[in-house]
Amino acid sequence: MVATDYYLIVSAVLFTIGVLGVLVRRNAIVMFMSIELMLNAVNLTLVAYARQFGSVEGQVFVFFVMTVAAAEAAVGLAIILAIFRKRRSTDVDDASLMRW
Amino acid sequence: MADGLMEFVTFCITTAVAIISALFVVFHRNPIVNAVALVLHLCCIAVFFLLLSAPFLAAVQIIVYAGAILVLFLFVVMLLDLRAEMSRLRGSGGQVVLASGAVAGLLALLGIALRRSRQTFGLDLSAGEGFGAPEQVARALFTGDMIAFELASILLLVALVGALMLTQAHADPKER
Repeated sequence: MVATDYYLIVSAVLFTIGVLGVLVRRNAIVMFMSIELMLNAVNLTLVAYARQFGSVEGQVFVFFVMTVAAAEAAVGLAIILAIFRKRRSTDVDDASLMRW
Repeated sequence: MADGLMEFVTFCITTAVAIISALFVVFHRNPIVNAVALVLHLCCIAVFFLLLSAPFLAAVQIIVYAGAILVLFLFVVMLLDLRAEMSRLRGSGGQVVLASGAVAGLLALLGIALRRSRQTFGLDLSAGEGFGAPEQVARALFTGDMIAFELASILLLVALVGALMLTQAHADPKER
């Protein structure tokens, strides 16, 4: 039986890879994919702890995280499409009107 | 005994594939490759869920995440017709080094938090037989967490309407 701590380490590594993706890529869609990576890493942590402490609440929480991720992906991609229609570019550096 | 070995081997292989596909998602230039690598990553997470006695969540992961959200991503990537050269890494090498340093710091922080938290190596699992079965999750969803469940459905409705509104082509002449 693989100990829960191993799953937590894997989850931490996957989360940091997601953070690296958000920081390093400039394409908005790939940044969204990196956010999905982070959400999945957190789901893994929740399910690992749900099994460790025998609480099904952890799995219910993961269910809702997936729901929120779906809603966020839909609205976020709609925003990207709307911006792309105006600017012909998904480069986030181009959408910098409100930057200092 | 052989059972535990099989589980460990599956865990190691799935970890390797998950990390490699995550790196492909982050670092590859072509957005289609990024999306397909994310599909592979989500399937690895589903395998993790199966190893962790969460069969319902594994099925939901495949159906919802890999089967709907990722298809949405692929549609948007194809709709926007992104070419590979539009997906370069951000900025100069200095920014990449800075980002890598920040991420290494984050990983170190997570490692410290893991060391200091309650170690679970010696603990037995509190989950019994039949943990994570659909009946158990459904019982929690439809009784204890009923309000959250209904709110989630309202959230999805709002997201649906919002996405439709945002992507409607403006056809009225006042916009010109």
